[in-house]
Amino acid sequence: MFGYYLNLALRSLNRNKVLTALMVLAIAVGIGASMTTLTVMHLLSGDPVPTRSGTLFYPQIDPVTVDGNHAEPLDVMDYHSAVDLWHAQRAERQAMIASSTIKLRAPDVNLPPLMMPMLATTADFFPMFDVPFQYGSAWQAQDDEHRARVAVISAQLNDKLFGGANSVGRTLRLRDTDVRIVGVLKPWRPSPQFYSVAGGRFAHGNTADYYSKPEDVYLPFFSGLEINAGSFGVFNCWRVPDDYAHLENAPCSWISLWVQLGSSAKVSDYARFVADYAAQQKALGRYTHAENTRLRSLMQWLDYNRVVPSDVRLQTWLAFGFLGICLFNTIGLLLAKFLRRAGEMGVRRALGATRGALFAQCLVEAGLIGLLGGLGGWLLTLMGLWLVRQQPAVYADLAHLDMAMFLITFVLAIAVSLLAGVLPALRASRVAPGLQLKTL
Amino acid sequence: MQIKPIFSALRRHRLATLLIALEIALACAVLCNACFLIANRLQLMHIQSGVDEASLAVISLTGFEDAQAVDLNARVSAGLGAMPGVQSVSVINTVPLGRRKGTAGISLDPAGQHFGGVVDFFLGGPGALDALGLRVVAGRHPLPDEYAPITSFVPSNSTVLVTRALAEHLWPGVDPLGKEFWCDKLHFRVVGLIEHLVRADPGGRGADTAEWAVFVAAQPGPKFAGTYLLRADPAELPRVVRDARTAIAKIAPDAVLEQEDSRSVSDLRESRFRQDRAMAGMLVGVVLALLLVTALGIVGLASFWVQQRRKQIGIRRAIGATRRDILSYFQTENFLIVSGGIGLGMLLAFALNLMLMKFYELPRLPLYYLPIGALVLWALGQLAVLGPALRAAAVPPVVATRSV
Repeated sequence: MFGYYLNLALRSLNRNKVLTALMVLAIAVGIGASMTTLTVMHLLSGDPVPTRSGTLFYPQIDPVTVDGNHAEPLDVMDYHSAVDLWHAQRAERQAMIASSTIKLRAPDVNLPPLMMPMLATTADFFPMFDVPFQYGSAWQAQDDEHRARVAVISAQLNDKLFGGANSVGRTLRLRDTDVRIVGVLKPWRPSPQFYSVAGGRFAHGNTADYYSKPEDVYLPFFSGLEINAGSFGVFNCWRVPDDYAHLENAPCSWISLWVQLGSSAKVSDYARFVADYAAQQKALGRYTHAENTRLRSLMQWLDYNRVVPSDVRLQTWLAFGFLGICLFNTIGLLLAKFLRRAGEMGVRRALGATRGALFAQCLVEAGLIGLLGGLGGWLLTLMGLWLVRQQPAVYADLAHLDMAMFLITFVLAIAVSLLAGVLPALRASRVAPGLQLKTL
Repeated sequence: MQIKPIFSALRRHRLATLLIALEIALACAVLCNACFLIANRLQLMHIQSGVDEASLAVISLTGFEDAQAVDLNARVSAGLGAMPGVQSVSVINTVPLGRRKGTAGISLDPAGQHFGGVVDFFLGGPGALDALGLRVVAGRHPLPDEYAPITSFVPSNSTVLVTRALAEHLWPGVDPLGKEFWCDKLHFRVVGLIEHLVRADPGGRGADTAEWAVFVAAQPGPKFAGTYLLRADPAELPRVVRDARTAIAKIAPDAVLEQEDSRSVSDLRESRFRQDRAMAGMLVGVVLALLLVTALGIVGLASFWVQQRRKQIGIRRAIGATRRDILSYFQTENFLIVSGGIGLGMLLAFALNLMLMKFYELPRLPLYYLPIGALVLWALGQLAVLGPALRAAAVPPVVATRSV
């Protein structure tokens, strides 16, 4: 029966090509717009470490000693709190993070000095966030304490300096210090660059920068702080520091700490540990708001920072409003199309077709329009994503259609057209056969 | 034209009429709000910076040590100053629409109890104030000995000029000259009032704080070096920037030129608002696609109605209706449906705006958007229905005598 309905639908669509084209076009444009924005949304709101995001946590403490808003602790930590918590090694893995820009030269490569984004972090960073290596490996845990002069570099920097060759063992001059390359990453592009997300609540929705590419140079934490002293950006200072060049004792927050905790028991243990630490610091007179601690999971932290830029969210809303208009449009056109065939419907009813059969037939036709519209919508989505890639946004290079979104394009198109078809199909299947036959 | 017969006809097509009206309503709501969003972006993009953008450029250097700063300042000032076409070179930390630097919270008392807001500090060495072309409307310029050396990120006792907008916010209705404010232990004293000066990132902290900016007189030195403000004749500026970017490699071979930041202020404006321009472009695209789809819907349904009523039209023509009557019948019908849609659409537009205000910090939709949106949709409706209506008017009276 389905084959017969399909045949009827094809004939019907063929009969009035203009009306068919209008409907297919309306669905295609609506689907194209909403799938383009939905794909961008999907890429920006996804899980950046799908293998283990459930085990990654972001502890926060409140070292601010001045009055003011203490509803939420600061987004990142001061030096002493971060280093103390890291030293305790109470989680399965833990990584401190501080970022800056560093002057870089490769002594045996003929290029002018470059300013490159650098991340000072600890050895656990790489296994903890599943960072893939192309050559070599991360530095060892003891290199952090020993302030080893070693570095891991990104695939892009390796391509730029060494033409993509295995550069492990070669030397980089960072500011005035020579470091040895121990590892080269594979191309790595988490979306967002989750580990340095902070301050989203102050961003007024302009959070596109959370999607920038990861740093090009990774140094053992204390080595990095030493080599590039004075260049680290601060998140916030609650008092004006005497010297921005040495932030270790400054009343400033500028270091993030990430921990990996495998089970919920470990999570509550760690939360208690952080709270105890804060209480102890209060007893020592260093904190005034010790009870203000948090331990958010990675995805909670991203939610809290509202990482998806408000422009993208707005575009998605608009696109779905637009899809709604296309839906109304299609309902109207389908209604016109089905009611025009009232005579034919009357004959079929008179010959014994049930209402259900007519209803099914109409829906098959609507679904077919949806399929065609989905095809057009898919092409328009590809075009829309190409347009997004031409945009100046930092996340532009991420915009590609993956398999899931490709399938959703067609599912959504057919669902929308079936939804649009229900009302007209109901009307069409309720025609009174007698009345229609009389007018023939 | 009698409206009553049209109403009775529409009553027989309640569902189709309702659908078109709903489509128009939704279109009206999205159209008004999308246009409002576009207007907001355009307004932000054209914000008055307060400086002589056309004659200004920035050259920004990094990758040097504090110990080299004094030498660097001297070499760059002399080197760039000697280039043909350069009217002045002064040390500055950043310019409006450039990279964001020197943002901090201030208070109106030394104890920090009375919070004043988060402002942008523009540091300028001698000559920078004149080079920027800031309009000082009250008070005076800093005296030469008031350009003090920097201790943290500003001098510990600064002589500053504030914008009118910031003065109104901090000391509403009071003369700001001679007033003081603090940032922890750093002290600031206001000696002058500037007409306009916007933050480096005017949209970054909400539109009403775009001009919360302070000009601080500061002496170039170890913590104040590397960024230079060039002033040149607008006609020569592009060449000057090009030359300066090449010359800097010889003047300061050890430093690294910040490619993105070393440009004319008009170029900085262009890149500052690039994302807003893209968003505005995308919104224009949505609006056009929306109008197109709505028009197609009207054309489709009107064509169907014309087709369905061929016989009635024929009868009306046979008993004396002119082509003009038939034409205006369909036009009036469309007008009525669109009007219904617009009525509902205005309410929807308002509701949508309330939602946007809640989630996207958007101001309230000005009421004049509603009549403009209505006019656009009426025009669109009439345009869309014209084709089918003309076809209806062309139906010959003889159709009445034929059976279908």
